[in-house]
Amino acid sequence: MYAQLVKSTGKTVKTLEEMTPEERAFQERIDADVKIEPKEWMPEGYRKTLVRQISQHAHSEIVGQLPEGNWITRAPTLDRKAILLAKVQDEAGHGLYLYCAAETLGVSRDEMTAQLLSGKAKYSSIFNYPTLTWADIGAIGWLVDGAAIMNQVPLQRCSYGPYSRAMIRICKEESFHQRQGYDIMMKLAQGTDAQKEMAQDALNRWWQPSLMMFGPPDADSVHSAQSMAWKIKQNTNDELRQKFVDQTVPQAEYLGLTVPDPDLKWNEDRGSYDFGEIDWEEFFQVLAGNGPCNKERLEARRKAWDDGAWFRDALMAHADKQNARKAAAE
Amino acid sequence: MSNAEKPKEWPLWEIFIRGQHGASHRHVGSLHAPDAEMAVNNARDVYTRRNEGVSIWVVKASDITASAPGDKGPLFEPSNDKVYRHPTFFDIPDEIGHM
Repeated sequence: MYAQLVKSTGKTVKTLEEMTPEERAFQERIDADVKIEPKEWMPEGYRKTLVRQISQHAHSEIVGQLPEGNWITRAPTLDRKAILLAKVQDEAGHGLYLYCAAETLGVSRDEMTAQLLSGKAKYSSIFNYPTLTWADIGAIGWLVDGAAIMNQVPLQRCSYGPYSRAMIRICKEESFHQRQGYDIMMKLAQGTDAQKEMAQDALNRWWQPSLMMFGPPDADSVHSAQSMAWKIKQNTNDELRQKFVDQTVPQAEYLGLTVPDPDLKWNEDRGSYDFGEIDWEEFFQVLAGNGPCNKERLEARRKAWDDGAWFRDALMAHADKQNARKAAAE
Repeated sequence: MSNAEKPKEWPLWEIFIRGQHGASHRHVGSLHAPDAEMAVNNARDVYTRRNEGVSIWVVKASDITASAPGDKGPLFEPSNDKVYRHPTFFDIPDEIGHM
């Protein structure tokens, strides 16, 4: 999803007997599906894990505007341009909903921005791949937003109230994103040979990175157990990945495109698709900053932040002056 | 960066939107803006992109006084033993019909 390697406490999950009375009361509320709200007592590990997860998620929405923004000026029709513009604007909105959810945990938006710009905070690996053709915009909506939805739907039931409410809002809007992507793919798949080839090429390049969005395999996913006990994660990475493959393969077939995986085949016994190994070395390389566009993405965010500094300061100075004038008049 | 030269962060505003059908303003989230006017403008873009509202209120987050989570018991439990405040507490004979 948009938060792939969220460090949790690094410790094993405590049993109810091992917990302090406060921790036990907290865990019992979570087990009873009572939402945790800002300013209520919570274990420090719960707060920290949530800040990491929500801010990673928010940064992904913000950085995620860049690969798609790349095509706004080159969209093939005015309609497509307006639609893409609305979609990218939604991503900015999603980032803002999430920053404000994280802020209820005592971290400021400027602190989170500083962590993104310094490279300390991560964002999803998927946004470090380039958008080379118009078909990539289709593939991103269909696959990337499809994978995001798969992850975000269960997060609506997350134990932390503000995060859960942000996810409900986001999920409502996300379905438009996936459908507009599939619509682009359909158009190309029904088009000329060259257009169909362009759609296939986009699927070839985005398939594996999309599967990586769900994070490392469960066996290597060290932080999952505690997050699941706290209900800030509801399904394991592999469960969601499998669900995504099962949902997406028939959609590719409808388009007449081939999923780029020679090992992909229907498993009658499991009632699911078997699929080939994922290149996890590539995933860890991209997360470590060595993907095709990591440098470009961070530079674009830094430039936006630096270039906007005078404007942010000017608006604040103007507001201060107005307030001072008002105070003097009273 | 030292604290003295640290740029000032825009204040946080809580946003309330009234939907189409005459319901009350509802809290929808928060955002940063330098002043109230900009907060309204930003709220329009962040929280009403799909025609969700017909009116926006913005309130500086620092101006809100909230009840403390720890006071939940003393504040809200007293109403638990006053079930007679609900109409279903009273049995009305079927012959009377709807009341």
